[in-house]
Amino acid sequence: MTAALSATRTVPTSGESGTSGLPAPGPASPRRRGRGRGRAQWTAWAFLAPVVIYLAVFYAYPIIRNLLMGFQDYTVLSFVTGEAPFIGLENYAAVTANPLFWPTVLRTAVFTVTSLAFQFTIGLALAQFFNRRFPLSTLLRSLFLLPWLLPLIVSGSVWKLMLDKDYGILNAALGLFGIPAVGWTVDPNVSLAAVIIVNIWIGVAFNMVILYGGLQSIPGTIYEAAALDGAGPWRTFTRITLPLLKPVSAVVLLLGLVYTLKVFDVIWIVTQGGPANSSQTLSTWSYQLSFGPQLQFGLGAAAGNILILVAFVFGLIYIRSQRRLEER
Amino acid sequence: MTKLGRAMRTVIGVVICAILLFPLYWMLVVSVTPRDELRVTPPALFPLNPTFDGYARAVGDQLPFLGTSLLVALGSVVLTVVVAAPAAYALAKLAPRGGEGITFGLLVAQMVPGIVMATGFYAIYAQAGLLNTLPGLILADSTLAVPFAVLVMRAFIHGIPDELIQAATVDGAGSVRTFLAIVLPLSRNAVVTVSLFAFLFAWSDFLFAVILTSSGGPQPFTLGIYQYISNYSKDWNAIMATAVIASIPATILLIVAQRYVAAGITAGAVKD
Repeated sequence: MTAALSATRTVPTSGESGTSGLPAPGPASPRRRGRGRGRAQWTAWAFLAPVVIYLAVFYAYPIIRNLLMGFQDYTVLSFVTGEAPFIGLENYAAVTANPLFWPTVLRTAVFTVTSLAFQFTIGLALAQFFNRRFPLSTLLRSLFLLPWLLPLIVSGSVWKLMLDKDYGILNAALGLFGIPAVGWTVDPNVSLAAVIIVNIWIGVAFNMVILYGGLQSIPGTIYEAAALDGAGPWRTFTRITLPLLKPVSAVVLLLGLVYTLKVFDVIWIVTQGGPANSSQTLSTWSYQLSFGPQLQFGLGAAAGNILILVAFVFGLIYIRSQRRLEER
Repeated sequence: MTKLGRAMRTVIGVVICAILLFPLYWMLVVSVTPRDELRVTPPALFPLNPTFDGYARAVGDQLPFLGTSLLVALGSVVLTVVVAAPAAYALAKLAPRGGEGITFGLLVAQMVPGIVMATGFYAIYAQAGLLNTLPGLILADSTLAVPFAVLVMRAFIHGIPDELIQAATVDGAGSVRTFLAIVLPLSRNAVVTVSLFAFLFAWSDFLFAVILTSSGGPQPFTLGIYQYISNYSKDWNAIMATAVIASIPATILLIVAQRYVAAGITAGAVKD
């Protein structure tokens, strides 16, 4: 939920492309040329037509609208009159000159990197733990998916309640150790940490599931050989598991990066980017600019477009590494 | 592993699970805590005087919101399958020239930040009169699932033996017949997986809802809960009761369709 869900929500399969007898699509198949081929192409594209139209209208069009808005003086009146003069790069100049811009970029980076580091480490530890079967292991493993499947408004509001400064259970627990109440959602110094904690909690399952799949695909014979050679558990882990897990790890991390960059719900539900912008990321800031009291749609769109650019860069790296993984 | 070692693992596993799932336990506890016991320090770890007042209020206040969410989610499922299934078949079996471009487009589509999509939709809907409408939200929510659905179904249909499809063609079935009578029934599992996820994505959506339906009209429960929270409501038991009700679909999904869920996550979208 998104997200990735959002934190959204997808992963690679064991590769099966190229196993069917089909020739590679594209012009590189001269055998299939001719009249029959032409009709087959028409049929194929007729089946594809709905999704092509869909992508054009419901993906390309909104993205283009947002791109254009970034170059327009778009106000709430523009929706009524349809008038929004083009102003070149003024929105981008205004956004990047905004004193909130660089701190927000930095927070987005901290949010993303810290979330990923913990999600990955905890996810890997859990995957390793569950890699050996034991009673109830399947049941427990599927229970872990629950935080990731639940609507983010559900997890977000539960955490908001638990993080409450005065009545939250987390501060009550910390109090047992003599730690004074922390203003998780009201103290600018810790609000970012608070939303990161919640985001980690949501994303651990995703990392665990994929990494578990990766671990399962490492042949047991390799471990047996290592054991015969007298390798201890740590050595086995660092010399065998981690290197063999590298392609899968790259996929998890890059995909996680793209998904974490755009996290909106968790932050907005728990802190609304506050207090005093202390947990604002590019996503929530873009929303705030567009739909906050000022209704500066042009600025919000510009901030969103900067985000899309970053997401695409890492997205393309991801797609490339994914391809490489499947070619192996 | 020794028997003892395995038992130890189970114990440790249960403990980790209990810690990780504590927030969900807490949601249940608070949902049945009487209102006057909500603000005590330290909070009671067990519901000593459980009450269903919170649920009564949740049902009273939130039922229309939950109904809207159900309609939106079902609508999104239908739209997703109708758009995605033929495309998946074409990409998997019909070798369209340039099909790789579509696949690449689908991969990239999944990476577009939601806030960008939602702002774009807002601009379009404001002029098209689709703000605060059910069809508008269904269309927007379906974008969460369509690329994922095409890619998952494509991978699945790819595994259907070509002989089955050729046999149908030899028997004189046209491509539409082949698709409806052979491919779709054989891909039932993929269609179920995709439908479950499409339902869940739309059911859980918050961002599109807050941007596209927050000024009136039918609203999903995600907005209902959000308004509960942001009104600084102290009715945490009613909020948590709503959250529990809203968690039912995901929980059912995990129980009855666990293998599909795992398939959906691991078989997932981003492959080519």
